[in-house]
Amino acid sequence: MKMTQYIIRRLLGAIPLLLVISVIVFVMIQLTPGGPMAAFEENPNMTPEDMARLEEQLGLNQPIHVKYYHWLMKMVHGDWGYSMTTKRPVLKEISDRLPNTLQLMLAAYLVALGVAIPIGIISAIKQYTLFDHVMTTLAFIGQAIPIFWFGLVLIIVFNVWLKNPVTGKPLFPGGGMQTYGTTGFHLWDRLYHLILPVTMLSMFLMGSYTRYTRSSMLDVIHLDYIRTARSKGLAERVVILRHALKNAAIPIVTIVALDLPGLFGGALFTETIFSWPGIGRLFFRAAQRVDYPLLMAIVLINATLIILFNLLADVLYAYLDPRIKYS
Amino acid sequence: MSPANLYFDEALAAETYHRTLWDIYWGQFHRHHLAVASAALVILMVLLAIAAPVVTNFTPDKVNFATRYQAPSSAHIMGTDGLGRDEFTRILYGGRISIAVGLIATTLGLLFGTLVGALGGFYGGWVDNLAMRLTDLMLALPRLFVLIIMTMMLRNANVPWLQSSGGIAAIILVIATLSWMTVARLVRGAFLSLKEKEFIEAARAQGAGNSRIIWKHLLPNAMSPIIVAGTLRVASSIITEAGLSFLGFGVQPPTPSWGNMLQNAQDEMLKGHLWLAIFPGLMIFIIVISVNYVGDGLRDALDPRKLQ
Repeated sequence: MKMTQYIIRRLLGAIPLLLVISVIVFVMIQLTPGGPMAAFEENPNMTPEDMARLEEQLGLNQPIHVKYYHWLMKMVHGDWGYSMTTKRPVLKEISDRLPNTLQLMLAAYLVALGVAIPIGIISAIKQYTLFDHVMTTLAFIGQAIPIFWFGLVLIIVFNVWLKNPVTGKPLFPGGGMQTYGTTGFHLWDRLYHLILPVTMLSMFLMGSYTRYTRSSMLDVIHLDYIRTARSKGLAERVVILRHALKNAAIPIVTIVALDLPGLFGGALFTETIFSWPGIGRLFFRAAQRVDYPLLMAIVLINATLIILFNLLADVLYAYLDPRIKYS
Repeated sequence: MSPANLYFDEALAAETYHRTLWDIYWGQFHRHHLAVASAALVILMVLLAIAAPVVTNFTPDKVNFATRYQAPSSAHIMGTDGLGRDEFTRILYGGRISIAVGLIATTLGLLFGTLVGALGGFYGGWVDNLAMRLTDLMLALPRLFVLIIMTMMLRNANVPWLQSSGGIAAIILVIATLSWMTVARLVRGAFLSLKEKEFIEAARAQGAGNSRIIWKHLLPNAMSPIIVAGTLRVASSIITEAGLSFLGFGVQPPTPSWGNMLQNAQDEMLKGHLWLAIFPGLMIFIIVISVNYVGDGLRDALDPRKLQ
């Protein structure tokens, strides 16, 4: 089958790409001073001999290409190394936090699409009406707001200013995943803690998805087949939802697939501001301490996701639109 | 029939005849009122930032413990921070940094992106292959993560000019390195379609060499999308710098930038000093939305389908 061949070829092409990325990132991290030895430099009990011995033990005194080779060989055998600051396995650190980030991202996507798609459709149907103008302007504003600042503003309004009228406590929590002192997973408590971070993260997507839905609806809404559908006497609802949206959705699906891995970046801000124990905050901490096994793993996992979702977007596009053929 | 058509107005005809391309562009642009207003606002902000020493009597890094944490008042219209520095003054000087970083990083990115795209699109073959591989590689990098790792590397490198003024040169280089790919693809696409056109063949027949064709024929015709993409890129570069600095990886204090002024804003606002969290972000928001509107207006004005 043509498609399978295409997918296999793209996947094979991803391997050298990931190798080059790993070299670039590895070199950049190795050229950064600091790292695991920085913590010991201030310690008066550490003699230069101790430092040298430790460097030797950690394998830090080897030339850069040797270090890379060791890292790569271990990595392809499934050993991603240990975090230099927590001494825990890198994969454990990541797998502990990944579900938290995924919760955040998934919720943000549901909210963003749930808001943006209906608004985009109505905006397109009622082009140049007051509704359209207001929504287009709001979407423009949404795209221009720096999300980290938006997060701060959310905390000011919903945590500092607005209080729960019954208990007098802040209306929404300003950080964390659950109420302090509780253990385990409680759905309502989790949702309560998700509201502000998800609002912040979905804002990042909502503006562009609204504009995107609007313009791809506008692209199809004036086409002949829509006129045909109308002249058959179909209800307007059916024309819009079944005939127009189906084709307008193709570019939207593609763009969502392309954006998804990039959301880890947006999540970094959200997780830092709302002390959400996810991948973004893990990266943030690791970057401050130049914890290279952790940094390498997070960057490479994300790069892999970017490449895979790129492929997924292309495949979806071809699948949804039979006019597209990949050779 | 309107009176104007009853007789031949020579002056009018001459004026119409001499409308240059730029007149047409301007005519299109100024119909987009929001874009014109935004352009004026951007210019105003740039002028205020440049004229900072004249606009304010304070200096941005003068510590004064007698005036710590003052809420906005007539003496300090945006209040003061935890070191008693005038927030408005820091906003003005921070604006210099933020705007300069956005502009210079974008210009460098545009130049490099245009170069890569032009070479690939014009020469094709292995040059194009190499150019596009490089572009794909850069696009597969997780942007924010690599931005952070790269600034850390450059900021700590033993190169004095990368460290001066809070490390702005390092930030500019990093942002430029990670923001040329869209332009490269745009320019490549434009070159690929333009170079098959008859006017290129005509130029070649007249003996024009490669460099003349690139500079005089292809590039001017590919300019509109570059200008639009570049304008929008200024806005995103400003946001990128602000984001990096907010996280502590960007412009280093005491050099103020709108991003690093927000660095401790979360602690400050929870202590009740809300203004320190509001103003820098508001400035970023205002300049970004204005630049975006200008870009939107330029896109409409430079759209060849609208030229008659």
